[in-house]
Amino acid sequence: MKTLEQTTDEILNLAATHFKFPRAELQPADDFYKKLGIDSLQALELLTRLENHFGVELPDYEVQGISDFHTLAERIQARL
Amino acid sequence: MDDYKGKTLSWRLSDGVVELALDRPPANEIGLAMLEDLEAFASSLPTLELNASALILYSRQKAGFSAGADLRELFEQAQKLDASSAAIGVRAFLERIHAVLNRLDTSPLTTIAAVQGVCFGGGFELALVCDLIIADKMARFCFPELRLGLIPGFGGIPRLKRDIGNAVVRDLLLTGRSINATKALSAGLVSQVAAEREALRLARATAAQTTKFDQTTAAAAKRFIKPLPAEELRREIDIFCELFTRPTVMEGLRKFVENAGPHPYLP
Repeated sequence: MKTLEQTTDEILNLAATHFKFPRAELQPADDFYKKLGIDSLQALELLTRLENHFGVELPDYEVQGISDFHTLAERIQARL
Repeated sequence: MDDYKGKTLSWRLSDGVVELALDRPPANEIGLAMLEDLEAFASSLPTLELNASALILYSRQKAGFSAGADLRELFEQAQKLDASSAAIGVRAFLERIHAVLNRLDTSPLTTIAAVQGVCFGGGFELALVCDLIIADKMARFCFPELRLGLIPGFGGIPRLKRDIGNAVVRDLLLTGRSINATKALSAGLVSQVAAEREALRLARATAAQTTKFDQTTAAAAKRFIKPLPAEELRREIDIFCELFTRPTVMEGLRKFVENAGPHPYLP
């Protein structure tokens, strides 16, 4: 089973690839809305990619109030 | 008319398939302009149906199939009126949209929604009038209306009940969460999942299949297996209008419209 660090790393890789952002500039504590410059529709897109990648369902109300990659990783990790 | 370009959509008939393309930036929000274009399409349907076997609905907007009702327009219009007049206006709009969607629902053509991106609220309701939904793997389906103190008003609940199990209907309605195409496939809502941006291609292949069949037979089969839940659709309008007059709804609309942050589409 993946560790939380592995999950976080995969999320950062996926976000960097999809939003064409330098991976080296993304950190777990970053606010992904501000760092990536995305809105809620793009956040839903990211959510879908994460669900498809990890093979989980992540209800969007679980993402409510979350804006950093690390906490997002914890939510996903809880469903692996 | 075999070809038409309106303010918010266009359609064309080719090789026995009608393609209706939604094209109102940013996310095909359904307001008065799109309603008028849809009414024009519904008026043209009897002629189109003589020479077609299938109808595909799809979006040209990158954001998705449709983000639903134009809440900004709804709020702005409601703000200008007293509660009673606003309720009358809302009912009039709903009855018009129901007339159009009911006409699409009961078309003898095999109807296919090719969905990518957001398919929310009224947009989801538009997809639900179709016989088949083909979604790409980035599609998301949602009934967020409870967040505004409302229920779906374009016929979504009776149509969703017609198509899938009640437990999933309750999940979508009572949590307001969005589900992805994989979940929608397992729930029986979506018939095929396509690779990203390939839903229209799969829809065209499926539509081409329908051109092989006798249309009188196909239409008879469709009438038999897909009843219009007319009484429930009327009841849904009544419930929506009863809820609409409450202050919590205007407050919910105001919060959505005034949300300058990145979060309006999240619960």
